[in-house]
Amino acid sequence: MSLWEYANPRKFMHTSGAVLPWVIALAVVTLVVGVIWGFFFTPDDYRQGSTVKIIFLHVPSALMAINAWLMMLIASLIWLVRRHHVSALAAKAAAPIGIVMTVIALLTGAIWGQPMWGTAWEWDPRLTSFLILLLFYLGYVALWAAIDNPDTAADLTSVLCLVGSVFALLSRYAVLFWNQGLHQGASLSLDRQENVHNAFALPLYVCMAGFVALFVSLLLIRTRTEIRKRRMNALLARERAA
Amino acid sequence: MIALLLRDIRLSMRSGGGFGLALAFFLIVIVLVPFGVGPETSVLGTIAPGILWVGALLACLLSLDRIFALDYDDGSLDLMATSPLPLEGVVVVKALAHWITTGVPLTLIAPVLALLLNLPQDGYFWLLVTLAIGTPALSIIGTFGAALTVGLKRGGLLLSLLVLPMYVPTLIFGAEALRRGMRGMEAGVPLLFLAAISLAALALLPLAAAAAIRINLR
Repeated sequence: MSLWEYANPRKFMHTSGAVLPWVIALAVVTLVVGVIWGFFFTPDDYRQGSTVKIIFLHVPSALMAINAWLMMLIASLIWLVRRHHVSALAAKAAAPIGIVMTVIALLTGAIWGQPMWGTAWEWDPRLTSFLILLLFYLGYVALWAAIDNPDTAADLTSVLCLVGSVFALLSRYAVLFWNQGLHQGASLSLDRQENVHNAFALPLYVCMAGFVALFVSLLLIRTRTEIRKRRMNALLARERAA
Repeated sequence: MIALLLRDIRLSMRSGGGFGLALAFFLIVIVLVPFGVGPETSVLGTIAPGILWVGALLACLLSLDRIFALDYDDGSLDLMATSPLPLEGVVVVKALAHWITTGVPLTLIAPVLALLLNLPQDGYFWLLVTLAIGTPALSIIGTFGAALTVGLKRGGLLLSLLVLPMYVPTLIFGAEALRRGMRGMEAGVPLLFLAAISLAALALLPLAAAAAIRINLR
């Protein structure tokens, strides 16, 4: 029994089909609990008022926006090294979810920033690097869409993902050089004295778990769809040949 | 390698090679800016470093899809791939040819165009230095983008979408070094970062570009 057994599409379909309802249920429960807890059962911040509650959507979506790219990077590496098709399809399936997460993070940030910072957009390092991340996502998806042969597309997008990761990381630190930040620093670290108060941190953790579960369930659904699409194309090709 | 380099340079110099196109484009971008922001020389002088760098970057982008497309169409790229020269070497030579026919002329013409934007006196030296150090990175990153999209029918637009986000760090350090140098501040740090990007891109990206070409020729 090893992890690589799930590289077999049939095995993957079987296991993911069994797991999927549970992940969806987990996502629904944690998101409902987390969001309701966060929105209605936390005190207003003494300076920010109730606008602070957008954090329960902003932080988890930003978390997933970065981790979706990380997941695509790992999946691309697995595809390039071991040539498991499920891996390439999972990377393809993750990209649009990552785009949505990035957009949610940018939008909720803008909605919060308008009353708090007095501006919806500021060329702050974090905001800018997220915008650049969005551009990388768009390029990745466009490259997938532009190439007909699925294996060539998987190869080229994987190469792009590897190189793009380096440049995305480079941009992230380059923009630090270019402008000083307005965005608050990390405030959920385990090794710091001053963190977000538990009244906010606990529902935030629940929401983060909810977004992770949401991402996993969307990813499984989309990967399963991609596998079915691949099978359908194979059937059609066989029929045409017969 | 030298033969290939000379061939590429000669091809792009000839009519239809797009040699003058990038320069003309650069000129037009720079001429359009004052129409957009107004003719006040103080405003123009402040934004000149950024505009010059963005203009050079966009002009560089224009000729990228020509790096491999013609060779791919007439089959010479297959010959290069099967020749004793490693494909990585071909990529380096192609990027070098692109730099000589685009980056160098852009660098040389930039001070003339900077006159139009009223760049402060101290800026000219730094404009030459930053562009000379930064344009190789633009050519190499662009060559990688061209290698990714060489098999596509209408790859030009996609190429811009892929390459432009990767130009961000180069642009940041290049324009920053120029801005600092222009104001008489210490410009060494961004300049070193710019050089680091050029050298790292030269060392690593040919490998990725050659891999992309091999996939496209499969």
